Amino acid sequence: MRTILYLIRKEFIQIFRNRFISKAIFAVPIIQMLILVPAVTFEIRNIDLCIIDNDYSSESRRLINKLEGSAFFRITFTTWSENEANDLMHKNKCRVILNIPSGFGRELGSGRPASLIASVDAINASVAQLSWAYLNGVITDLNRENSSAAKGSLVQSPPPIIEMTNRYWYNEKLDYKYYMLPGILVILVTAIGFLLAGLNMVREKEIGTIEQINVTPVRKHQFIIAKMVPFLIIGLIDLALGLLIGKLTFNIPFEGSIMLLFLGATLFLIAVLGMALLVSTLSSTQQQFMFVAFFFVIVFILMSGIFTPFESMPVWAQKFDLVNPVAWLIRINRMVMLKGSGINDISTELIALAIIALLSTLFAVLRYRKTV
Amino acid sequence: MKIIDSWRIGKKYGEVQALDDLTFSVNESEIFGFIGPDGAGKTTLFRIITTLLLPDEGKMRVLGVDVVRGFKELRRKTGYMPGRFSLYNDLTVQENLEFYATVFGTTVKENYDLIADIYSHIEPFRKRLAGKLSGGMKQKLALSCALIHKPSLLVLDEPTTGIDAVSRSEFWDLLGKLRKHRITVVVSTPYMDEAMRCDRVALIQNGKILSVDEPDKIRQGFSRKLFTIRSADKYSLITAVRKYPGTLTAYPFGETVHITFSGDLYDDSLFRYLEGMGIKDAVISEAEAGIEDRFLELMEKGATA
Repeated sequence: MRTILYLIRKEFIQIFRNRFISKAIFAVPIIQMLILVPAVTFEIRNIDLCIIDNDYSSESRRLINKLEGSAFFRITFTTWSENEANDLMHKNKCRVILNIPSGFGRELGSGRPASLIASVDAINASVAQLSWAYLNGVITDLNRENSSAAKGSLVQSPPPIIEMTNRYWYNEKLDYKYYMLPGILVILVTAIGFLLAGLNMVREKEIGTIEQINVTPVRKHQFIIAKMVPFLIIGLIDLALGLLIGKLTFNIPFEGSIMLLFLGATLFLIAVLGMALLVSTLSSTQQQFMFVAFFFVIVFILMSGIFTPFESMPVWAQKFDLVNPVAWLIRINRMVMLKGSGINDISTELIALAIIALLSTLFAVLRYRKTV
Repeated sequence: MKIIDSWRIGKKYGEVQALDDLTFSVNESEIFGFIGPDGAGKTTLFRIITTLLLPDEGKMRVLGVDVVRGFKELRRKTGYMPGRFSLYNDLTVQENLEFYATVFGTTVKENYDLIADIYSHIEPFRKRLAGKLSGGMKQKLALSCALIHKPSLLVLDEPTTGIDAVSRSEFWDLLGKLRKHRITVVVSTPYMDEAMRCDRVALIQNGKILSVDEPDKIRQGFSRKLFTIRSADKYSLITAVRKYPGTLTAYPFGETVHITFSGDLYDDSLFRYLEGMGIKDAVISEAEAGIEDRFLELMEKGATA
């Protein structure tokens, strides 16, 4: 035990003696939270719209005014030429072209169905679908106004409409920051756990200090534990720092128990630290480690459900996520922070993380060889 | 009891036979040197002695313990200084020493008398980072760290490579002082002059031991008459004498060339020959063979055998 404590002390001395790392471990979480949380949003606003108005009637003016009043669209160009509009879309100057053909106002005025043509840039499929839906919303609104204006003059009464009201739970204002922040916290802790610890271990190999350690009676598990504990502590401090920034800057709600969140993070850190040390025992240079670690971190994060809903991933990907610690912790964080879930609600996630932590650490210890 | 007892040790890296059938033993309290060129297999052998590498063939007992089965016990009893400086550059002198004392379950105080001779040289710099020490001081720190747990056997892999001549000599003086603590030292070096400071040396080449003996006896094993020949233009001299039909061997040796002849002696035809090659200032005299001459002779035999 004395040996482990001494080994840990040595790691801390080395970490804090490194001028860059000692500052970076505190600067990175602050910068990451302040930049990523407000920047990463799926809210789609200010879609650039180009209008080809060949009608120039009061009806077309009304439509354009309505689009202008909406927060979703920003009319950047109006033109008469279809070619010019296509060219603008080609140059990424607009996302949607709305073509109002001549005769649009005349047809509407005489009570006949009129038509519009919308062309949508669909490189980003979800932006395209949402733009289309927003546009449809505006047109539907307009239709309703038209039919109620026509009510008096027409014999036929409009068909009854089903009205629906809803309430958004856990995030009433649909604020994307609330959704992203718990996930960004996980990315933060992953960087500390996976990259720093692994690099530290490979560095000992690369500069040869591990050779001197290997001839000492230090046991394998002592060495691995001493490599994990400092980064576990730093990871948890960074998490606390991240939460504090979330509370002070973005006023993120925190419904559940802080202790539960830290329990999840501790299990998570042990899991990724074990994985990182396993990778580092297999690589002999920092370059090799970085290459493999980058691959793992990217795969873990992109498949974690932080950006895309877990349920819409293919089944094999969902199966893969059983061993993806990032996916488990993001779920825990969102549930505890936003829903106030208790230990019973997240027991599956905690147990899964505990199993991953146990196995990865075990493999790291077994794989670490003192004899070459 | 023999401190090291090696029986037919062999180690292969793929197709390369790094160590081939090594049988030797090391006695208590002696300084045992392995002399050989780079790539001879010295580091591989030392890694087997220190339990970092498993031999493919043969058996080795260190301090009476099998190196494969008893590695845990051996790691407490041996001190190892790898060829490359392997202490923590970002820890201070004192922190390094305390660190190694602690991982061996001891304290600096407990064994201070053992390292006092060595550590006193670097103690004034105990607050300095190890990475900021000079080469000679780094070696002294590494030696202190390898000794701090009072090992019975100290294994030093080329401890003086890249160190200035004064520090090298000082380092060997320090090794000599370890005898009184009954610590056996196994050391490797590519420098022939250092071989003379060992109690016994093994000449090693291509993973084979050519000869094991006291350095003086190895030297005396030289089987021919040796001459030293010098000229202002050493390069022309050596190319010329190598072409001379009576020459057996000719090796550059500092400012001179060490030469042997197939009939053991030379005659005036040598000077006539050299003059014909444009070398007029050649001076020749008989010389006493050094350990390097014997080593080169053994290598030559090994190559022709």
